[in-house]
Amino acid sequence: MKIKLNGDDYAAKQVSTVSDLLVELGINPLRVAVEVNMAIVKKAQYAEFALKDGDCVEVVNFVGGG
Amino acid sequence: MEGVLNDKLVIAGVEFKSRLWVGTGKYKDFEETKKAIEASGSDMVTVAVRRVNIFDRKSPNLLDYIDPKVYKILPNTAGCYTVEDALRYARLGREAGISDFVKLEVIGDEKTLFPDVCGLLMATEILAKEGFIVLPYSNDDPIIAQRLVDAGAAAVMPLGAPIGSGLGIRNPYNIKIILETVKGVPIIVDAGVGTASDAAIAMELGCDAALINTGIAGATDPIAMAAAMKHAVIAGRLAFKAGRIQRRLYAAASSPFDGML
Repeated sequence: MKIKLNGDDYAAKQVSTVSDLLVELGINPLRVAVEVNMAIVKKAQYAEFALKDGDCVEVVNFVGGG
Repeated sequence: MEGVLNDKLVIAGVEFKSRLWVGTGKYKDFEETKKAIEASGSDMVTVAVRRVNIFDRKSPNLLDYIDPKVYKILPNTAGCYTVEDALRYARLGREAGISDFVKLEVIGDEKTLFPDVCGLLMATEILAKEGFIVLPYSNDDPIIAQRLVDAGAAAVMPLGAPIGSGLGIRNPYNIKIILETVKGVPIIVDAGVGTASDAAIAMELGCDAALINTGIAGATDPIAMAAAMKHAVIAGRLAFKAGRIQRRLYAAASSPFDGML
């Protein structure tokens, strides 16, 4: 599946949901927020939220800031 | 004296043990960030919301060093120049974190990083209606400060000087007017504090807290400066509560005339 991930093209392998994507990326779901096509996906929905070709996915976390 | 010391900052039912809030930007590394925050005694730390580095997942995470069980995490909307962006970052920050607190920034100009107060007011109103505890980074303008409170802000955070400038409290009289006219919410000086005396001045004016990032992180020894800021905020608050003497032009002898030879 080809998606836009944090602004770059990304070819996801064994991914059908947001949960799968985070597992593939090795990302702790508790530490991030996920947006698909500009809409936030709540943590409780990660396991069932289906991704599809062309989706625009953003995964953000906290960094140092003032 | 006891009443002066037992004087806690509370916002939306959340009690803070420190009146010094600190940012986490601009440190050399996370280890230094952690040590400086420990030295500051703060329990409220600001963070920014940014893309995860997908291709370098071994890189350390800020929250490995700043334990959200120990510190209250305050996501900001730094870098947002429009209401839409600020709302987006605020919502992402809430989803990534564990609380409804947001330090709301809607920036109007790259060079000064002054707030776009029109955008700030709009974003405050929308986010407050969505249940956020909105802490807007504002100009030192009493009128907009009151408007922000009317729009649902849980505190107002007027700047002392431009972000990262270290110029101190440029308009203490405006801050004083904000403190006298804007009732019911804490007033927290945010931005411009360059050294301990700046923090003390903010607190002596009667501000409820001070938020400092660059003044600590940019110091030659950030950990020592964090400790200095901690003491300055405590000293300034105590001095405010203690009630300073009136200024007078001429001397008033401290030692008695009686008993002189």
